[in-house]
Amino acid sequence: MSRIGVFVCHCGTNIASVVDPDKLIAAARELPGVAYAADYKYMCSEPGQQMIKDSISEHGLDRIVIASCSPRMHETTFRKMLKNTGINPYMLEIANIREQCSWVHVDKDRASEKAVNLMRMAVSKISKNEPLYAQTIPITKKALVIGGGIAGIQAALDIADAGHEVVLLERESSVGGKMAMLDKTFPTLDCSACISTPKMVDVGAHPNITLMTSCEVESVSGYIGNFEVGIKQKARYVNHDICTGCGLCETKCPVKVESEFNLGLSTRPAIYKLFPQAVPSKPIIDKENCRLLKGGKCGICAKLCPLGCVNYEDEDRTITDNFGAIVIATGYQLVDWPSMYGEYGGGRYKDILSGLQFERTVNAAGPTEGHIVRPSDGKEPETVVIVKCVGSRDPNKGKSYCSRACCMYAAKHAHQILEKLPGTRVFIFYIDVRTPGKGYEEFYDQTRMDGAVYVRGRVSKIYEEEGQLVCRGEDSLLGEQVSVKADMVILETAMEPSPGIAELTSLLGAARDVNNWVQEAHPKLRPAETQVGGVFLAGTCQGPKDIPDTVAQASAAAAKVIGLLNKSEMETSPMISAVERDKCSGCGVCVGICPYKAVTLLEIDDRHGAKRIKREVANVNSGLCQGCGACTSACRTGALDLLGFRNKQILEEVDALCL
Amino acid sequence: MPVEKSFEPAIVAFCCNWCTYTGADLAGLNRMKYPENVHVIRVPCSGRVNPQFILRAFQKGCDGVMVCGCHPGDCHYSTGNYFTRRRFMIMKRLLEYNGIDPERFHARWISGSEAAKFRDTAAEVSEHVKKLGPNVKYREEFRITESAEAGT
Repeated sequence: MSRIGVFVCHCGTNIASVVDPDKLIAAARELPGVAYAADYKYMCSEPGQQMIKDSISEHGLDRIVIASCSPRMHETTFRKMLKNTGINPYMLEIANIREQCSWVHVDKDRASEKAVNLMRMAVSKISKNEPLYAQTIPITKKALVIGGGIAGIQAALDIADAGHEVVLLERESSVGGKMAMLDKTFPTLDCSACISTPKMVDVGAHPNITLMTSCEVESVSGYIGNFEVGIKQKARYVNHDICTGCGLCETKCPVKVESEFNLGLSTRPAIYKLFPQAVPSKPIIDKENCRLLKGGKCGICAKLCPLGCVNYEDEDRTITDNFGAIVIATGYQLVDWPSMYGEYGGGRYKDILSGLQFERTVNAAGPTEGHIVRPSDGKEPETVVIVKCVGSRDPNKGKSYCSRACCMYAAKHAHQILEKLPGTRVFIFYIDVRTPGKGYEEFYDQTRMDGAVYVRGRVSKIYEEEGQLVCRGEDSLLGEQVSVKADMVILETAMEPSPGIAELTSLLGAARDVNNWVQEAHPKLRPAETQVGGVFLAGTCQGPKDIPDTVAQASAAAAKVIGLLNKSEMETSPMISAVERDKCSGCGVCVGICPYKAVTLLEIDDRHGAKRIKREVANVNSGLCQGCGACTSACRTGALDLLGFRNKQILEEVDALCL
Repeated sequence: MPVEKSFEPAIVAFCCNWCTYTGADLAGLNRMKYPENVHVIRVPCSGRVNPQFILRAFQKGCDGVMVCGCHPGDCHYSTGNYFTRRRFMIMKRLLEYNGIDPERFHARWISGSEAAKFRDTAAEVSEHVKKLGPNVKYREEFRITESAEAGT
């Protein structure tokens, strides 16, 4: 028979002024299993806790009901106290008679009656409580950062500076991401490369950071503190251990293909560095385009290389490593506007550039060495039209969301054109101008002062006429159709998640939102975490944002990772699902319901009569299970139950109410 | 059975720990007032609420049952309340089939900041159930069974 102790708190007068503690004590003493009942002014205070401790030893209590404030307030306090007395901390129930009784009711008799009900429910529930034991899991003190853009770089540097090992994984042959492609950054007009390349160099040289370029995540298993990740190292065909990055091989390669980094505005050889400031500053061979690897005759680069780094026999390899935490920082890409906007020529007109193509054009290290010229004839434009919200805020053709950064870089593009080519006419078609950021509104104002003409309305059609691009649209402030003959058009296109995000998130068990961005654990309070323990997120993989926000989120994610890796082991909550294998039929309904991939089917040896058989049963991974209990309500046979909130415990509460 | 004038329904509210339970606590913090007959049972997630709990409540003579959780899309456990939503749409029909007025059962989404919504919901459900009168469906049957057993 259980020996329950009931302790009623007055909370000064917060409870006692409405609820009569004597009534509770009297009622408690009548309840089966209650060995002792007492009240005190402040149960949570030191003397209050001492009183409980003394009663435990004096009356041999083995489970405690405290009628007091919300368990959200002092559950941990009282659990700690129980732990010190040697009673299992989970042999505790709290009847919430303050927030949900004395504070919300006026009638003293009725409130006391309700308090008695709540206390009785807790006493009934605790009669079915059982000791629970937290498991500790070791933590691998190493973090994996997926994506080597500015978000991944910042997160990796912050974690590494705190003294933990980091693997920074990048799909391309160099870190840098989109920020490395930009020319200047708004609103301060800092040169993007000048502020990002030192950080790229830092990650390449940091003793705690292992840079893995040309790599992709292939498999993920395990859970918080203990992930095992399979990483595919794509063949580089160049031995990076001995290559010095002299660049001789690139000079004589006979192949010329469109440069990804310059977005098709220039060409590159088949053995190439992504861009001159690449980190690591070593080339790889593009096997799709290499003459020799496609089966032809060549081998010039191998002959040229003074160190013999080129190895045409190189193959993809899989490397497996263990990590305690993972940061997703996979970033964004721009939408493929030609496939969405046939009315803008669908990519037929050379002089229509995307915002990122314009960044390359205006960049001193870009294909035109920073001269703003038309790709078609190399002439400087006299009239430029900038179209905002191409693919953004357009639920019919593109994305319903706002891509956040475009208003500002459209202003920056206008500013750059007016600065480099004074006298150019710049028209910006917009829906709204959104400038929420430090110094942003001022920058926008300055751009208008510089002479950019803002036209409110969408561009409905762009077509070519006498070597110029005619942009037809509406000026919705004038209520008139307008048409501008432009020499160059810049489309500020929407951001969307990087390709492969669906595969990556499903490997990690992380959720995505309706637009495929990675879902944060809580939109306000946990913006840098996914709902999977130990998996964090940084930057535009979560949604469109500008560089300051990306860096801030990356540091936030890093802080979370550091907090986790600083522990040598972590306690998992014991209030998780448990399987009664005898009852489990192995139907697997729970497997699909679990949002954390914590339930899997496990083959076990069993007997059927005298016969030995093998059958499948549900198995809960205590590292992954978060204790939501979704599987328990879905279980057809009642084999799954939630520890701490067992079916029988909740049913006892229901029964106690309906006497 | 005539409804007594002093009838006070017994209502059980299954509230998820992260949203509605917090909202109910906040109602207390703001000293909002609602009827005494709403009793909260804390569960980790509305998805934890097994239909069996609700049936048991009605079987034992509970007059009304509320299941409250985070708003769809805001679940602490990401998807739990979607299961709740689907499960309890069917639940209403099961109750109807069993002869229990489905109006006695309410599933609501109340976030941790919506203290006023919790208060209003508690008052509204309490008032609504009061009008429906005591739930005697299974209680009567219990009595009959008991008396039948006593007779034999």
